[in-house]
Amino acid sequence: MKYLTRAIASATVIASMFTTSAVADKLTIATVNNGDMVRMQKLTDDFAAKHPGIELEWVTLEENILRQRVTTDVATKGGQYDVMTIGTYEVPIWGKKGWLVPLNDLPESYDVDDILPAIRGGLTVDDKLYAAPFYGESSMVMYRKDLMEKAGLEMPEAPTWDFIAKAARAMTDKKNETYGICLRGKAGWGENMAFLTATANSFGAKWFDMDWKPQFDSAAWKKTLSFYVDLMNETGPPGASSNGFNENLALFQSGKCGMWIDATVAASFVTNPKDSQVADKVGFSLAPDAGLGKRGNWLWAWSLAIPAGTEKSESAKKFVAWATSKEYLELVASKEGWANVPPGTRASLYANPEYAKVPFAKMTLDSINIADPTKPTVDPVPYVGVQFVAIPEFQGIATTVGQQFSAALAGNSTVDQALTNAQRITERAMKKAGYIK
Amino acid sequence: MLSNKTDYRKLLMTLLAWSVGLLIFFPILWTILTSFKTEADAIASPPLFLSFDWTLENYTEVQERSNYFRHFWNSVVISLGSTVLGLLIAIPAAWAMAFVPAKNTKNILMWMLSTKMLPPVGVLIPIFLIFRDTGLLDTLTGLVIVLTLINLPIIVWMLYTYFKEIPGEILEAARMDGATLWSEIIHVLTPMALPGIASTMLLNIILAWNEAFWTLSLTAAKAAPLTAFIASYSSPEGLFYAKLSAASTMAIAPILIMGWFSQKQLVRGLTFGAVK
Repeated sequence: MKYLTRAIASATVIASMFTTSAVADKLTIATVNNGDMVRMQKLTDDFAAKHPGIELEWVTLEENILRQRVTTDVATKGGQYDVMTIGTYEVPIWGKKGWLVPLNDLPESYDVDDILPAIRGGLTVDDKLYAAPFYGESSMVMYRKDLMEKAGLEMPEAPTWDFIAKAARAMTDKKNETYGICLRGKAGWGENMAFLTATANSFGAKWFDMDWKPQFDSAAWKKTLSFYVDLMNETGPPGASSNGFNENLALFQSGKCGMWIDATVAASFVTNPKDSQVADKVGFSLAPDAGLGKRGNWLWAWSLAIPAGTEKSESAKKFVAWATSKEYLELVASKEGWANVPPGTRASLYANPEYAKVPFAKMTLDSINIADPTKPTVDPVPYVGVQFVAIPEFQGIATTVGQQFSAALAGNSTVDQALTNAQRITERAMKKAGYIK
Repeated sequence: MLSNKTDYRKLLMTLLAWSVGLLIFFPILWTILTSFKTEADAIASPPLFLSFDWTLENYTEVQERSNYFRHFWNSVVISLGSTVLGLLIAIPAAWAMAFVPAKNTKNILMWMLSTKMLPPVGVLIPIFLIFRDTGLLDTLTGLVIVLTLINLPIIVWMLYTYFKEIPGEILEAARMDGATLWSEIIHVLTPMALPGIASTMLLNIILAWNEAFWTLSLTAAKAAPLTAFIASYSSPEGLFYAKLSAASTMAIAPILIMGWFSQKQLVRGLTFGAVK
């Protein structure tokens, strides 16, 4: 009896310990492992001080693994995560399906109107904001000022594709391993297809017409792909069909590329003297156009969203509001300097004279502002998204099409063959998905 | 002359064995070396082999950023748990198949193996839903169960092969001496097949330690093992190869050391019955 009493007493103490710890809401946050997110993880103490009743638990993962895990979780209402980091591709699709908690009731102090309109538009479905942007990015031209000068050319702030081709040829010196231009060639919907879809927009091409009929058999797509393959064969690095963001970053940082058109986030890497051999020689300009009114730049925002399956949506909203607030930007600036503040989300950041001193700040803002995910192409299209089409089938189709285009770049097929195959693949997938008959 | 020829051949074979060994080990060596480089040295072209500024900053940063020991502990529990559970199920199963085969034993063995041929992603959603409904998501128990089931066909097959090498007459003799079924398996069969059981156990620990698909798909924060730890350092946007290498080295070090110390047992078990 004595033992029983002791056992009951011990169990009560243990149970009360658990009850005490259960008072705090523990939020599980799934996020990508890029520099800005890792920095946020390090600043958890600030959030904890402001919200003592909420504990944070981080799951930091590589982008593709994260996407697979959060997609499985949100689609099955698994409830493993309370906050998810997702991109502009997922938000419209998941928002429409009711998988995300709307964020229209964030406090007034959050100042939702301060979010850049292009970014906000990409995260809104039927006037409901489904995710708060943590950082936004576009793409732009990064070029070597010294090589440009040596070639006797001057980069305009808003170049054309013709100028880019001319400059790439003039800067190429293959004997000394200097290549005029480095572009993505690795197959994947987020790799070569992000670049090529955005480029195609500027050449007047599009994925689908208003009836969802694939358009790879159009003259505009032929012009896009021919231009890309010819330019890369003539002035690009060897093995370009295997190069993605990281491979081109390594080439550019080691001084082997005259120009590189890629994500604006790369600017902070290539200008960092610790890692880049060309840190003080880099200039920036807008992504090129072909005179048709659209530039070849994309728009992306890593954003924080709350899955509908969570039971802690109120605490999750507090976290989302903290991490994407103006105060958070100031906190990062005070700890790590303005150059390390997550860019591309708030107008007030770009109005800040301190931030204006960051060399790539203006070009990043200009690039974001000219991208319009709701009107991405020269002709009207039935879809949203600049470098992607916000439909669930896009990832699979674009990766397969990307393999065709990568093969054309590697010389394993012709441009015509690649486009014919792309048209066939896309038509089949769209018929299967019920978009066309 | 003959002795010289033999010596020459021996030397050649030794050199060949070392070359192949180094070739296989080179990627691991490269990862370990990269973990001591700065990020700039890690992507230097031409690559730097030994002549770089050695640094421990990657290890420091990885330690600061992640809870290594929690991931390590989860890996230990999952690997050992699934191996012990797997052996408990597989030893009786392999005994039955080896010593009292039925008409369809061979077919059952083939069927068990065929489950390994299915791409795991094909059953991800059903298993995820079962785990969600039974509260097993992000738990060590859930991972022990799923890894046991995944590796069970291999364990049964390996044990079956070892048990087949043991003469059935010895077990018969034990039975005639009055041994019950369980004492026959525990006191007679298991000690005789110990090298085989040990190598099966070691191989299963390695397989469970390195399993990435399920351990990444069914965990979030609490039960995430070292595979998730590595995955948090691979980045498609940014060159962090040195940090990734440091994280990889920390993740593979325990299993590498275990493999090193148990290689004699492992080789003995894997070649058990290979030469008659």
